[in-house]
Amino acid sequence: MNEVKKTKYWNPYIGGIMLGLVLLSANFISGRGLGASGAIKSAVVTTVNTVMPSHAENSAFYSEYNESHPGNPMKSWLVFQVFGVLVGGFLSGTFAKRLKFKVEHSPKISSKRRLIFALLGGALFGFGSQLGRGCTSGSALSGMAVLSLGGFITMACIFGTAFALAYFFRKNWI
Amino acid sequence: MGPLVVNEFISPDTNLFLAFLIGIGFGFVLESSGFSSSRKLAGMFYGYDTTVLKVFFTAAITALVGMLFFSLFGWVDLDLIYINPTFLHSAIVGGVIMGVGFIMGGFCPGTAFCAISIGKLDALAFIGGLFLGIVIFTEGYPLFEELYKAEFIGAPTMNEILDIPRGVFALGLILVAFGMFWVGEWAEKKFPREEY
Repeated sequence: MNEVKKTKYWNPYIGGIMLGLVLLSANFISGRGLGASGAIKSAVVTTVNTVMPSHAENSAFYSEYNESHPGNPMKSWLVFQVFGVLVGGFLSGTFAKRLKFKVEHSPKISSKRRLIFALLGGALFGFGSQLGRGCTSGSALSGMAVLSLGGFITMACIFGTAFALAYFFRKNWI
Repeated sequence: MGPLVVNEFISPDTNLFLAFLIGIGFGFVLESSGFSSSRKLAGMFYGYDTTVLKVFFTAAITALVGMLFFSLFGWVDLDLIYINPTFLHSAIVGGVIMGVGFIMGGFCPGTAFCAISIGKLDALAFIGGLFLGIVIFTEGYPLFEELYKAEFIGAPTMNEILDIPRGVFALGLILVAFGMFWVGEWAEKKFPREEY
């Protein structure tokens, strides 16, 4: 039984090398790193362009974005890549028999509390990723691989803050 | 030769198709490494599971060393690789806000997409939050524009800032990473936790 549990996930160093090779191929093929938050931004801009076109024309962010990104915002590298992430994650979960609808949380808290914190955390992460020009994958990981100063700063701030606040949110996790 | 799309070896549409394949690899690796579990991700900050640290830094140094070799062999022109620009203030403030989101929500955007693909409903809530946070930013943009554009210092790399060769910085980073792996292994022994 113990052995089964141990082989549940890949060895992290093997996983890291594989992830590094994926990142390397993104750089070799497309001259850029991986990302995720940019795809949601594309979806937000598309929604606003479609539902409230006059608002998109008159507000600073959308008009700046549409001017600098001609064409359909959904026809972007990151959007296609994120669709791939959904497929890839699903395939891995299928092979490993991990497909299951559930709310994962510490036994000390309720599902409801977990979902509220997930929503709040997501909102902060979404906002921060826009201010920081990319999230953990786009700014921190991909930035570090190309030695970008900004990538290193953002990486240090994300992990440093999470460590500094871990004590206050421990009930959620341990 | 590389990057293939910049040097027009492949068309922009082929590039989008390859983005989809790269995404499949990205999602597959994240899920297989356990990044679809928020409790596993959060474990990093309590020492009971340092998978995030190990995968993250192994990936960064693998890609970094790979790029150095590709450049050495003439397979890729490093000058054509996108380097994210550095806006000092927003990089710091944005990073700190993302850090709060990470410890509260237990995911980051990439891992949340990976987790929702296998049915984690907390990841769905997190993605809902991401949309909300991004809309707050785009709608309130005039309020944040000044901070967003402050202290632009171009797109410097770490080795340029320190004025040392790229390879020397890479070697230093690899040594630091190995030091952290050692700390990670030590922490997992010191703060053990039953499987979750």
